Amino acid sequence: MSNFSRRKLITTGLAATAGVAGLGVAARFAQKYGLVPPDHRGIYGLGETLTYSSQRLLTRHSLAREFSPSQISKPPLANEMAPPSDAFKRLQAGGFADWRLSIDGLVDRPGSFSLAQLKSYPTRSQITMVQCEEGWSYIAEWIGVPLHQVLDAVSVQPHARYVVYFSIQPDWWDSMDMADALHPQTFLVHGMNGGELPVGNGGPLRMRVPRQLGYKSVKFITHLTVTDSLKGFGKGLGSAAPEGGYAWYAGI
Amino acid sequence: MARVESMRAPLEACAPSSAPSVSVTTATSRHSAFVRVTHWITTLCFLALLVSGLEIMISHPRFYWGETGNVLTTPLFKLPIPSSRALVPTGYGYVLPDQNGWSRYLHFQAAWIVVLTGLLYIISAFFTGHLRKNLLPRKADLSLRAFSTTIANHLRFKRPSAAEAWSYNVPQRLTYLFVIFVLFPLVIWTGLAMSPAFVSAFPVTVTSLGGQQSARTLHLFVSLALVLFLLVHIVMIVLAGFTTRMRAMITGHAGHKERT
Repeated sequence: MSNFSRRKLITTGLAATAGVAGLGVAARFAQKYGLVPPDHRGIYGLGETLTYSSQRLLTRHSLAREFSPSQISKPPLANEMAPPSDAFKRLQAGGFADWRLSIDGLVDRPGSFSLAQLKSYPTRSQITMVQCEEGWSYIAEWIGVPLHQVLDAVSVQPHARYVVYFSIQPDWWDSMDMADALHPQTFLVHGMNGGELPVGNGGPLRMRVPRQLGYKSVKFITHLTVTDSLKGFGKGLGSAAPEGGYAWYAGI
Repeated sequence: MARVESMRAPLEACAPSSAPSVSVTTATSRHSAFVRVTHWITTLCFLALLVSGLEIMISHPRFYWGETGNVLTTPLFKLPIPSSRALVPTGYGYVLPDQNGWSRYLHFQAAWIVVLTGLLYIISAFFTGHLRKNLLPRKADLSLRAFSTTIANHLRFKRPSAAEAWSYNVPQRLTYLFVIFVLFPLVIWTGLAMSPAFVSAFPVTVTSLGGQQSARTLHLFVSLALVLFLLVHIVMIVLAGFTTRMRAMITGHAGHKERT
């Protein structure tokens, strides 16, 4: 009996030690390869980290599903929004001629782009689905410039880890890791369904991150910052979403 | 309580040599510690998934078939409940508070815990013989006659025999197998089919279901089937003797010693 207990004690002890050591190794590995989301603390940190790291390992190069033109939702849905800020209304009065996208942070050539300059890039389009975390969805053709082309134009430095993006609307900002920032389907969108991007859908310029839920595709983009740490932005949780109780990573 | 203590018979008293005529576990426990722990972790996770799932669902209590669906398209059906979003026309003059943030965090956290627990359970059930001994029906019991006897006893609300406190009957085994190997995998599949990142890597998980909105609708139906199971499960426990069955699943003791 005592032998049995001792053996059990030793195996349990060894298993526990191996488990703790394994967790430690896993945590260091995850940090090193960028598999830990900025909102990994708190009671839901475990689930959030497991979701982000496993989806990153599975989807690093996967492409969001694209649809045929016949599947485009008619009429397109423009969901409800906060009333536009004064800054937005001023630019809207001028037909968005003075709308600019500024880029700074870990880039060699910080600067800003007008809408005309962005539209002078080779135009790309994708027919992808917007999926809201509430449960509804629609398919549209999104026309714009892949974010990686704009990032190439300003030369992102090699130690960059995140792109933080800001709306002209107050307190509306988000961020994505480089896997999404350099992803071929991540667009700065200025057109929709063959025409201009309507204000109700984020015009004149919105982000499209089609492998994540709709709230990552922030509307009315005016500013990008490339960074290696999200600590200095807001509460350091990576976006306005976790500050409002929503997950930073929205791949599920 | 004293009675429970007195049942702590030494292992030897229940030695396998007692050659049970019905297949019963040879340990003193009705349910092994592993089954009990995984059972209650699953229970907690399921309740968390149910509450958070309901909260997520009321932000858009309309259901569709196919790839897309929104307030501008015709739903397959809509639930006659108020919504937590002003966007949804419900016929109610008020909007419920938005609880999606923590609900989504909790939903996926509970999903991870229950999936990992379930995997451990299935692996262990396979290797310890739990699957073979306690879940797969024996050939003899699969005869129509044996099956109809059990069903008839159920319909007459006949209290289970003492032997049944030590073993699952055939409808019970089939139900548990169905929940473990059909409903749980289906609820995971339909859930993952709603994830834009997951389906970017494995598109067939959603296209095979008819689209993302179909997956959402199916997720609701499978969840309802699991709730139905939970309700029947609780009713059965009450009919079979709530305290005995709860004690068996908490402490492992069956509550009476006689075994056939």
